Amino acid sequence: MSVADIFETMEWGPAPESRAEADAWLDSHGRRFGHYIGGKRLAAGETFATVNPATGETLAEITQGTAEDVAQAVKAARKAHGSWAKSSDHDRARVLYAIARGLQKHARLFAVLEVLDTGKPIREARDIDVAQAARHFYHHAGHAELRGETHPDAEPWGVCGQIVPWNFPLLMLAWKVAPALAMGNTVVLKPAEWTPLTALAFAEICDGAGVPPGVVNIVTGDGATGAALVSAEIDKLAFTGSTEVGRLLRRETAGRGIGLTLELGGKSPYLVFEDADIDGAVEGLVDAIWFNGGQVCCAGSRLLVQEGIAEDVTARLRARMARIRVGNPLDKSVDMGALVHTEQKARIEAILERTTGKIHRGAAPDGCYLPPVLVTDLHSADPLMQEEVFGPVLAMTTFRTPAEAVQLANDTTYGLAASIWSQDIDVALDTAPKIDAGVVWVNGTNMLDAAAPFGGLKESGFGREGGTAGLAAYLRPGTGAPLKAPKVYAGDAAPSAEIDRTAKLYIGGKQARPDGGYTRTVFGPKGAVGDVGIANRKDLRNAVEAARGATGWSRSTGHLRAQILYYIAENLCARASEFEARLAAQGAKDRVETATRHLFRWAAWADKHDGRTLGVPMGGLALALNRPIGVIGAFAAEETPLTALAQVLGAALATGNRLVLVAPESAPLTATDLYQVLDTSDVPSGVVNILTGAHGDLAAEMAGHLGVDAVWSFSSADISATIEAGAAADLKRTWVNNGTGRDWLATDGTVWLAQSTEVQTIWVPFGL
Amino acid sequence: MTSDLPRNAGMPFDPSVIAGCRVNTPATLRRAATLPAQRSLKKDWQAAWLARAISMIDLTTLSGDDTPGRVRRLCAKALSPVRADLLDAIGLPHLTTGAVCVYHEMVPVAVEALEGRLPVAAVSTGFPAGLSPFDLRLAEIERSVAAGATEIDIVISRRHVLTGNWAALYDETAQMRAACGAAHMKAILATGELGTLKNVMAASMVCMMAGSDFIKTSTGKEAVNATLPVSLVMMRAIRAYEAASGYKVGYKPAGGVSKAKDALVYLALLKEELGDRWLRPDLFRFGASSLLGDIERQLEHHVTGRYSVGHRHALG
Repeated sequence: MSVADIFETMEWGPAPESRAEADAWLDSHGRRFGHYIGGKRLAAGETFATVNPATGETLAEITQGTAEDVAQAVKAARKAHGSWAKSSDHDRARVLYAIARGLQKHARLFAVLEVLDTGKPIREARDIDVAQAARHFYHHAGHAELRGETHPDAEPWGVCGQIVPWNFPLLMLAWKVAPALAMGNTVVLKPAEWTPLTALAFAEICDGAGVPPGVVNIVTGDGATGAALVSAEIDKLAFTGSTEVGRLLRRETAGRGIGLTLELGGKSPYLVFEDADIDGAVEGLVDAIWFNGGQVCCAGSRLLVQEGIAEDVTARLRARMARIRVGNPLDKSVDMGALVHTEQKARIEAILERTTGKIHRGAAPDGCYLPPVLVTDLHSADPLMQEEVFGPVLAMTTFRTPAEAVQLANDTTYGLAASIWSQDIDVALDTAPKIDAGVVWVNGTNMLDAAAPFGGLKESGFGREGGTAGLAAYLRPGTGAPLKAPKVYAGDAAPSAEIDRTAKLYIGGKQARPDGGYTRTVFGPKGAVGDVGIANRKDLRNAVEAARGATGWSRSTGHLRAQILYYIAENLCARASEFEARLAAQGAKDRVETATRHLFRWAAWADKHDGRTLGVPMGGLALALNRPIGVIGAFAAEETPLTALAQVLGAALATGNRLVLVAPESAPLTATDLYQVLDTSDVPSGVVNILTGAHGDLAAEMAGHLGVDAVWSFSSADISATIEAGAAADLKRTWVNNGTGRDWLATDGTVWLAQSTEVQTIWVPFGL
Repeated sequence: MTSDLPRNAGMPFDPSVIAGCRVNTPATLRRAATLPAQRSLKKDWQAAWLARAISMIDLTTLSGDDTPGRVRRLCAKALSPVRADLLDAIGLPHLTTGAVCVYHEMVPVAVEALEGRLPVAAVSTGFPAGLSPFDLRLAEIERSVAAGATEIDIVISRRHVLTGNWAALYDETAQMRAACGAAHMKAILATGELGTLKNVMAASMVCMMAGSDFIKTSTGKEAVNATLPVSLVMMRAIRAYEAASGYKVGYKPAGGVSKAKDALVYLALLKEELGDRWLRPDLFRFGASSLLGDIERQLEHHVTGRYSVGHRHALG
């Protein structure tokens, strides 16, 4: 075609990025790669091919990591850990800074390698993947530098196993490696089987940046290699990938006492209200669902449009789809490249086969490509409204009111991200915090930054990456001494009260007889003290239902929650002698004074667990809000039982949670005595529910209940593994003691605040 | 200007159209900031697109020191915008700019110099402030048309936008359109003085409802002239107006586009937002004086492989 021809047609022409440097780099390694362990590139072992999805060509042979390889890498990481953890903050900062510089110096090589391995368009690899990866290391060089100032008592986990996905291989590596190293951990990272190249190139950046041998180790391989890493002697596991694998990892790691963070799938809603800038919202959709071909965990894949503008939005969206250019990912003017793998394409097409909706397709070349797809006329039960597609498929439905929009948005087991489009500040800002998602964008989408915590609610996983909140994932919480079994008193006499006062359960603000109709006698050093009910799974169900209903508490003001906690403290104080007598009768050593102090502390915290504004490079505000977890099921401690109850109850209530508390086994009457205190302190019904029963009998039920959002165990019973394994069903949060105790007199508020709340990041861009 | 399109007949004033204007500023800025990296033109494509850009330039001189000699030189440049050897090399020997744009006083000179081979556009209606008496502004249009201008670039009353007096803006613009008669009217919004992108959107819609053939960003005399975000908003307004009326209205960014690379970005935005039909002089113009010089140098580079300098190309 001549210039004169193009002058008439005004077509786009080819604008290819050169792959020569990337090919030269691959050639320099003989297109065969071994692992990177202990600062050395090992010879290749048994290999598999990594393929360019756009062309089908084999790019290189990659070593399939064995259990021995993983063990060797973990050993190298272990060996390196001591001196790395002890190195000065400044020295670690310099290394992270050098990594950032190294990535920038070789930015184009990384971008092209990423394109070759993943099929994503060069523009995205260049402007987002590599740019953001470098930004992540810069940001965390800062966290390394400041660790002693911001986290004076912090202790790194040790050796972190990290498994990253194929959609953003280098960026997810950065999200994992940067905070781990900043906090003084060493890592064994396994890149995805389909996309290992940039991780292998990253090894060279580590060499050049002065990363000490063994601090970063990279082991390649498939799921079997990943499984070997999961079961290796690691201290912490961080995973980004599918919810199904996340569930598996939760079960595999249960009871091991290792740290776990999971960044999993999503079905993120994209809400367009009638007063939105529709053109802006449509353009946003291009970034939301067709960015990286929709192979994005936080992709805005569920389009919810207010009914009155649905037709208009559909028309404009279809016109926009027609202009999306799908093709050679190395072309700088291509919007969507190849899908990562033919298997992924087949998966996406299989889901499309099952939808009952009306499918609108854009255009795409043959091969491992799919066009942008819009599916309309969907009902909520359609697989496209429920299941994560991980492809360029947008599912659309309508809503009538803001309330219904929120309801539809939250009608999912996922909770990763959401977008809200409205020019009405009232609608936009009212809706944002009501969406149960870890990240919410107002009039924007897919905004990410190293300073902004990213991560999920519900089955989208737990833990945050980015910002100050993300550092917690790489710090070891303090652990206490092993718990001793509580002294068990026994006897055969019935309690000697003239009028029987068998303590019932406390559910929804009322005392309830145990469903099973069984009670047991509580004995102390001087014999029988009283009778308590034995709760079964139905009692637990009822308690959870009551707690779930008490949503008003989570919306109440910090001031109100403080007032009620003070009131509880006041009423407890008034009955101090009665409580202390009962504690003594049950053989417990504890004082009302220390319990009261905790209640005062938590009343103090109730309006002080402030969120943050985040230092992101954007005009507007990015906020990290501390949201209550929701319904927490807690197994009480046997040591200093009243003080411990005050700590648990205070922390949970101060931050807006509702509680299902299982009383200490050795001093259940102290918990049941609280009923009257709670009743007289204006605690709304359902906010605190108390069950008595054997912890071992209730642990699995609590962990498996889909209405419980988190389970805490301070129990002396051996239930930590049961709880963590059971929590896999819905990936609820867990905080278990693994058989170790706590200092219940400690004023360690920050630990409790972190466990009681989840960070929700809300982006509100505005201004010029 | 030849066109196969029906001329915008306008629509009755409809306040609900203004009420429906919504522009999210950060989202608009984001699109404008990311687009340049999303479309890249290389080699023959770059040359062809630059040639297309030339064909859509309103080659402009709007200075107090304009003289007949200066205008005649400009007209000659408009007819032969690029050195003949370069045009031959890219196979477009007959390339001209889209039009020549001058003040009323220079219309007869330009008409004579161009001999009907290119349209003459006259800036009018008390350009650039638009604050002369309204009857004189209308009379000025009529005089320029009588003198041979076939395109009239009018300026709107910014005060009507800033006070939300949309009906007044509509009435004034509609009267100007009537005064233009057969001449095509380009409504200059002076976007740098409208305060918000929402005002730009609303003013665009009102001017199109009032029958403008083109909407144009700037006089070139405001502190801020054509920008990409403003262009995005105006193009989207054009799209919305077509959806409502069926008429295609033209777009003219003016002032601030002086580099070949910038011109390509504007054309890329145009193709993306409005489509290929707009990539013709009957629906798009650059209001520019120095842009042509930069494009000439780029075309010489395309043909010879050498980076060029200004003095190798005839002065406009």
